[in-house]
Amino acid sequence: MEWETVIGLEIHAQLATRSKIFSAASTAYGAEANTQACAIDLGMPGMLPVLNAEAVRMAVKFGLATKAEITRRSVFARKNYFYPDLPKGYQISQFELPIVGPGTLEIELKDGTRKQVGVTRAHLEEDAGKSLHEDFHGMSGIDLNRAGTPLIEIVSEPDMRSAEEAVAYMKKIHTLVRYLEICDGNMQEGSFRCDANVSIRPMGSSELGTRTELKNINSFRFVERAINYEVERQIDVLESGGSVTQETRLYDTDKNETRPMRSKEEANDYRYFPDPDLLPVELEEDYIAAIAKTLPELPDAKRKRFQQEYDLSAYDAGVLTASRELADFYEATVTAAKGTAKLTANWVMGELAGVLNKQGLDIGASRVSPEQLGGLVLRIEDNTISGKIAKQVFEAMWAEQQDADSIIEAQGLRQITDTGAIESLIDEVIEAHPKQTEQYRGGAEKLLGFFVGQVMKRSQGKANPGMVNKVLREKLGSS
Amino acid sequence: MHKASVAELSAALKARKFSSEELVRAHLARIHAQDSELNSFITVTETEALAAASHADRLIAAGEAGPLTGIPLAHKDIFCTRGVRTSCGSKMLDNFVPPYNATVVEKIADAGMVVLGKTNMDEFAMGSSNENSYYGPVRNPWDTERVPGGSSGGSAAAVAARMTPLATCTDTGGSIRQPAALCGITGLKPTYGRVSRYGMVAFASSLDQGGVMGHSAEDTAYLLGAMAGFDPKDSTSVDRPVDDYVGGLNQSIEGLTIGLPRQHFGEGLDPEVGAVVEAAIRQYEKLGAKVKEIDLPNSPLSVPAYYVVAPAECSSNLSRFDGVRYGYRAKHPKDLSDLYTRSRGEAFGEEVQRRIMVGTYALSTGYYDAYYLKAQKIRRLISDDFRQAFAEVDVIMGPTSPTTAFTLGERIADPITMYLSDIYTIGVNLAGLTGMSIPAGFAKGLPVGLQIIGNYFEEARILSVAHRYQQVTDWHTQAPPDAGS
Repeated sequence: MEWETVIGLEIHAQLATRSKIFSAASTAYGAEANTQACAIDLGMPGMLPVLNAEAVRMAVKFGLATKAEITRRSVFARKNYFYPDLPKGYQISQFELPIVGPGTLEIELKDGTRKQVGVTRAHLEEDAGKSLHEDFHGMSGIDLNRAGTPLIEIVSEPDMRSAEEAVAYMKKIHTLVRYLEICDGNMQEGSFRCDANVSIRPMGSSELGTRTELKNINSFRFVERAINYEVERQIDVLESGGSVTQETRLYDTDKNETRPMRSKEEANDYRYFPDPDLLPVELEEDYIAAIAKTLPELPDAKRKRFQQEYDLSAYDAGVLTASRELADFYEATVTAAKGTAKLTANWVMGELAGVLNKQGLDIGASRVSPEQLGGLVLRIEDNTISGKIAKQVFEAMWAEQQDADSIIEAQGLRQITDTGAIESLIDEVIEAHPKQTEQYRGGAEKLLGFFVGQVMKRSQGKANPGMVNKVLREKLGSS
Repeated sequence: MHKASVAELSAALKARKFSSEELVRAHLARIHAQDSELNSFITVTETEALAAASHADRLIAAGEAGPLTGIPLAHKDIFCTRGVRTSCGSKMLDNFVPPYNATVVEKIADAGMVVLGKTNMDEFAMGSSNENSYYGPVRNPWDTERVPGGSSGGSAAAVAARMTPLATCTDTGGSIRQPAALCGITGLKPTYGRVSRYGMVAFASSLDQGGVMGHSAEDTAYLLGAMAGFDPKDSTSVDRPVDDYVGGLNQSIEGLTIGLPRQHFGEGLDPEVGAVVEAAIRQYEKLGAKVKEIDLPNSPLSVPAYYVVAPAECSSNLSRFDGVRYGYRAKHPKDLSDLYTRSRGEAFGEEVQRRIMVGTYALSTGYYDAYYLKAQKIRRLISDDFRQAFAEVDVIMGPTSPTTAFTLGERIADPITMYLSDIYTIGVNLAGLTGMSIPAGFAKGLPVGLQIIGNYFEEARILSVAHRYQQVTDWHTQAPPDAGS
């Protein structure tokens, strides 16, 4: 039988507020255990939550960016369950009335097809702490630094039909939250993570199959692998006459498999009810309109503009707008290169991306500034140096953090464009290679490349390649 | 000096007739003499009190004293006090010493008052007799075989026995007004949101409200003024100016319309209690007030609605007491589930466990709509009843409690009868209104309380209405014989 995969994602994005969602404790990552948890985060008796207005603003930003309905009156609810890293015995979340209602997001697949994915809702909630199971001699340690960190949980419709679509959607959200500057997107630190609801059904069926929930997947690669594994597993189960159990499964990255996390008997009844410690969040039109004004140019719009304004391919525009920082870097470089857009794109996506990748750096940590890189592009464009020499100049710029012109001058890399100088170089080469000269003249025109190479070598790469070609043809053909 | 009013004490301190230290020592002596019998204090903070008194004396000497500087009071042991155990009447918090002060505690310290100690209470404020305390029952100073009411029974008994002129207390369903009535003192529950809940251990968050107890409306007006006000640390506290409660005491009540809810004078009301309350109302008529019968048609539903909403919230609020971070922890837990069930099973008393179970049930999938949502709808209807009533009348009066103080053990095995002791007070909490109880006389030698219910944020009005009555009657000055003598 042919099966169709149905996937919905729940993405948890940690909001980039300085303090927690209901307390003044810091949200900075990596502090010593339990040093960033105040009495409120610890769930001490009599402590009360006070909502962080910045978290609300960020959630509204997200809603506006996905063209979603912003709920004018949303309500915080308690999700009750016992766990040692959940200090109050309940998580403050939103249930019936989330701050962001239905919206949509367009994803693009590798083959260029586009697809609309529905975003059911996005709600604000607090994160739990962490249970540490190692180094406590049969006991568990609890670190509550993360308790109370603001999250926005973004729930999609079951609109995705393959792991590839799920990854494209997740990447799209990832790009978007970073554009909006509401989440740092750091997946290793858990700032951006995802649960996947996966089910299969016979191709053509309109009913949904029983789903499993894959928990806490924190990389694009693992989302793809976990979903693919789970789809195969479900197919095996159904084709061997079994049925899929609705359950939560954990993806084991080492073994590349999913396995049940908790059994049905332990399933919780969360007993949601409105949190009486918090008032409903009521948003006024003016407030929402003011936030709308602060929205940056969004990834889709920016990509379209890059294609039109800089005459880039859809692919190049997509790469360059993948993050707001990269797009900003590119545009600043184009400005410095006086509008040489295509060549700038090649350099940003080629040499610069290469070295950043190799050194594991973000664009923000580039040792070459947009102004410096633009200066280099200018020198290629005006033939001061060749593309090949430019790579050498770029390396020096990276190492010495100087601009292109100083390096070209200091190292004498200016291109030789003087006809006399090039002619004398060529004469030397012809003189040194009588045999090849004879062969060329005898019709072995393939050897032109050899001569070009020799001349370039003799000029230490500085001779203008176009001129070398032209003069070589004249000289070799003229006797 | 234990029979003097707050205004008299304040004047005497400023006139240097006696020092705050002398005043505090006198009250500590009364505590030592009486409290082994009454059991109204869980913790007496003698050392801290004497230090605070001498600090107050320095302020008085420097001319920097406010009206409450150097005046002693007791805190209900539900308010967190930095460095002083805050037990909430529970074994669960017997070892709990908060590293922070409740906002109420902070404001009272800022006013220069001296804290004598922490008063006994029903465990987590759940109860109407103060028999649900881990620290044993409190006895009513008027008859030590009887209960003082609850849950603020320790505060009420301590004020009634003149061990402290003033006390803080909390009211979720009547826990200030009912013990005030049963102990013959003045107690006021403010409008929900008037007093900060920050640092007050939560029972039912949407109903809990801190308030005041004292010997008279005037005394409580002083304390309420020091406690009330917006607190950014409590999202449900209301940002509006605090009235001048003391300054407003002498408003005239000429032409005041008093509403008498039929439902508060019917079946279940002890006739002798009814007679005392009616006499008090006739007194008001003599003073120029008009009386009007009103209907609160949904009031019979207030007890069942309350016993869904309050347990539901408590089941969630008390989840934090899990033996993990503070409070009681069972010995040698064999796994996590054992840690939870034994810590909670061993440290929570029977009534607390009952309410957690009822509340958990009411919030469960499949029952939520039938119980919790329905109770919330009834709550709105009850609020609407009051709104309509206040369109016609200025204040509402009636008995605070259907009976006088009952004997220890009489109702403890019968939760429904116990719950009915709050039948006249619970509606005020469900609607979020302000209400108070003042002494109005005696039935068979036991105090009877008159309840005065005010519209939202009309604390100043009900205080002045109570004050006018206390100017022409002396019920509030009558004290029980000293215990332990």
